[in-house]
Amino acid sequence: MLSAIVFIPLIGALLIGVAGRTAPVVRGIALVAGIVNLVLALVLFARFSTAEAGFQWVESVDWIPALNIQYLMGVDGLSAPLLLLAALLGLVAILASWHISTRVREYFMWLLLLQTAVAGVFVSLDFILFFVFWELELLPMFMLISIWGTGRREYSAMKFLAYTFLGSAFMLAAILTLYFSLPAADRTFDMRLLAERDLTGLIIPTSLVFFGFFIAFAIKLPVWPMHTWLPDAHTDAPTAVSIMLAGVLLKMGGYGLIRINVGLFPEEIVAYAPLLAGLATVSVLYGAFAVLRQSDLKRLVAYSSVSHMGFVLLGVASAGATGAALTPVGLNGAALQLFTHGTITGLLFVVVGLVYDRAHTRHIPELGGLMRRMPIIGVGFVVAGLASLGLPSTSGFVAELLVFLGTFPVFAWATALSAFGVVLAAGYILWTVQRTFFGPLQARNNDLPDAKLVDAVSIALLLLPIMVVGLYPKLLTDVFDVGILPIISRLGG
Amino acid sequence: MGIHDIYLISPELALTGLAVVVVALGLMPKAKGAVRAVALIGLLVPFGFSLALWGDVHSLAGGADTAFLDTLVVDKFALFFKFLILGVLALLVLASGEYMDRFKEHQEEFLGLIFLAATGLMLLPAAADLITVFVALELATLPVTALAAFLRSDIRSTEAGLKFLLLGAMSSAVLLYGFAFIYGATGTLRLVSMDAAIPTIAEMITRPSPDAPFGNFALMIGVVLSVAGFGFKLSIVPFHMWTPDVYEGAPTPVGAFLAVASKAAAFAVVLRVLYAAFGEVSADWSALFAWLAVVTMTGGNVVAMVQTNMKRLLGYSAIAHAGYMMIGLAAVAARSQDASTSDLGPSGMVFYLGAYAAMNLAAFFAVMAIANKTGSERIADFAGMAQRSPWLAGALAVALISLTGLPPTAGFMGKFFLFDAAANADLVWLVVVGAINSVISAYYYLRVVRSMYLDQPVSVGRIAVPVSVGAALLITTLAIFALGIFPGSFFDLARTVVSPLVP
Repeated sequence: MLSAIVFIPLIGALLIGVAGRTAPVVRGIALVAGIVNLVLALVLFARFSTAEAGFQWVESVDWIPALNIQYLMGVDGLSAPLLLLAALLGLVAILASWHISTRVREYFMWLLLLQTAVAGVFVSLDFILFFVFWELELLPMFMLISIWGTGRREYSAMKFLAYTFLGSAFMLAAILTLYFSLPAADRTFDMRLLAERDLTGLIIPTSLVFFGFFIAFAIKLPVWPMHTWLPDAHTDAPTAVSIMLAGVLLKMGGYGLIRINVGLFPEEIVAYAPLLAGLATVSVLYGAFAVLRQSDLKRLVAYSSVSHMGFVLLGVASAGATGAALTPVGLNGAALQLFTHGTITGLLFVVVGLVYDRAHTRHIPELGGLMRRMPIIGVGFVVAGLASLGLPSTSGFVAELLVFLGTFPVFAWATALSAFGVVLAAGYILWTVQRTFFGPLQARNNDLPDAKLVDAVSIALLLLPIMVVGLYPKLLTDVFDVGILPIISRLGG
Repeated sequence: MGIHDIYLISPELALTGLAVVVVALGLMPKAKGAVRAVALIGLLVPFGFSLALWGDVHSLAGGADTAFLDTLVVDKFALFFKFLILGVLALLVLASGEYMDRFKEHQEEFLGLIFLAATGLMLLPAAADLITVFVALELATLPVTALAAFLRSDIRSTEAGLKFLLLGAMSSAVLLYGFAFIYGATGTLRLVSMDAAIPTIAEMITRPSPDAPFGNFALMIGVVLSVAGFGFKLSIVPFHMWTPDVYEGAPTPVGAFLAVASKAAAFAVVLRVLYAAFGEVSADWSALFAWLAVVTMTGGNVVAMVQTNMKRLLGYSAIAHAGYMMIGLAAVAARSQDASTSDLGPSGMVFYLGAYAAMNLAAFFAVMAIANKTGSERIADFAGMAQRSPWLAGALAVALISLTGLPPTAGFMGKFFLFDAAANADLVWLVVVGAINSVISAYYYLRVVRSMYLDQPVSVGRIAVPVSVGAALLITTLAIFALGIFPGSFFDLARTVVSPLVP
């Protein structure tokens, strides 16, 4: 089942390579792959049992027996919703690419390969498999940005690649250190087994290993000061790639932090939680202030991502609590923030992409009053914006509230300062909405059409989870709890 | 000495015979057209003998047999490299047909010289005595001098030949000087000995001054000089100066031969010498190679970033990859001396040599096929190649991605095995340096890939893929993916191969 979800996009890509002679065929294959994938992910999510802890749907095959490396996949409460998110945004990204006209065949092949890679990251339980998928995602992103991007695309693509690749250098060193530090008989790359082990007395100090992982995930999340690749990559990437980047790829960083940094290193997370909380606060505020200065819609959303991903790190830092203050609430909020930010920012990028396709500019002063010409797109942006600033009844509210509730008892000051980021978000979102969609309509934008059916579908696909999760968050939080409670129990012990 | 000894070197004899046959065929005007076919099919003979020997060695109690008074050893390690070199030769003959048309009347000499050089390379990993090492090395080097200068009308080719000859001669002298010191310190040149009366170097190492590396200053000088001599063949920094010039000037098949076959055999002999003779003092050379690896990787990668000629780029990339492979030499499992992991360094290197052969040959073949049609080896002229020749550009892209070390390719798995050996040997810092070097290399490899897919072509003509080149590229590309996705069995093979060295 998991293998199917991971590899269906790849099979789609290969089919396109073999049979995709015309653009409609290519799009058709990609669409079918996307829909099948989403349906499978929904089935998996629906049948995921919240009654049993641990990993479900586990698949295990020996891969490199000499080093005890396995093809090992499974989902728990943490990864199941993220897998669903990846499948959902995968479909949206395919829909958002509907109007791509240059080199359609290659484009969809890379896009589908990217989806295989990100889905693989969320379900891999063997470190090497995890690392392979983590690296596999680099090349499609590089090609997608540098060929189908805009502006300084070559620079941005290389910057993205260099940052992520550099992070993985440290991750690989950390993974290998973990493996070879164990006694020869029980060396393993199995995350489940490693999570249960006492990881002290490694070849190099455990804190260095912790930071090896942390650097890789912090670059991906991204955390200030390692965020500079993100605005560039977002600005120059095509719409669908921005959706995948903000919606799914950043989540790989947050997922890694919770699964590995918190899950494997209970002592280090306690020791370094203040540092994480500090970095989180800086990210939240720096991102939010940077947003205020942006006049390019995509850069604006990109910096708001930096700010919102700061909340994830803040939630992760709450795991550094000891004693009675240790609750799963903060981590749950971080995980929920991963999911909701994926849908919200995905939607924002869909809408921004649609505006750009029509107006051929993302420069805010050249826009304005668009609500009159494109009401569907406008509504999409407004709802996503409101969710992004954390309006109650949207999913953004629930996630940020949980993060604050969980972290306040541990890091009161950091939480209080970060909460200021929400205020700033309200400011910049409303200001942007006003400048872009309301106010006087400029003459040059007078005859812009509204969203087509295919665009409306992708907007609807993302609006749905934002509202549903906002009104009934238990749908996700119960599942996240199943994944997070075992992690918390190890922290306490 | 007897018929059995002859049988033990039958692969080399068969290859020498093939060289003679090929050259003789060239003298007959009617048979000239069949030279390449004969060469290709003829390679099956040494291959068959090697296969037979593998079967014999497999059933032998000690896993090794020696010939000619213990000067040559036949074990799985030596045989593996015979297979590798023969495979490289077959692919070279297959892919270079078009290229050799430019010196059609001399192609039999060209092939004959390559086969003779390959004979030397096949003997190298089998050498059980430092004198044999030296003789085999000379046999491998001299024909290459002529091969490098084969394009007589091209001044760069002549320069390449001269450079290779002069630096080769000098490095041989240094190597021999080192061997002399080793002999002085130990009184023997034997690496392997079946005769209890004749001691090996390993048995004769004494440690008069325990604080000195290798416990003996004369021995230290000997080892350092030998490493410097071998360093030339391995093209490691700071003995690498000839590499880019020769790769650029020499005919492209010769560059591929040097980069793959020559490098594999040289690493094999270094592994043999170090593990067989100096295994007891491995901690001393581990540090030496760790630092050589750092300067070689970094030097090769940094200079490769500014290259404008594709063959020079591959030359510097070959230097960088020699650096990665030396991580495997440095990775002597000092900490965990348990038997299950002490072979990770050498077996990682053997895996990497196989992976490197596949990806580097693919890169050379694609460059050769493209440059043959465009007449230019400038990187700028590879722009838009995906439109002019999707298959060649695709194969080159796969090769370059694999050289970068991204999954799911052989290069990724190769680096992974080297890095894990280093981590096992407490060299986590070397893993970080190596992985950061991959980031640097991504810049120049992926720049070419991007240019092939992104930029407008400089001219519009489509480039057809000759069938033989296509076959060679198909084989190497499939090997890249096979080693990248299902590395398990080949890694097991690599561990079997190094078992004679690391018991």
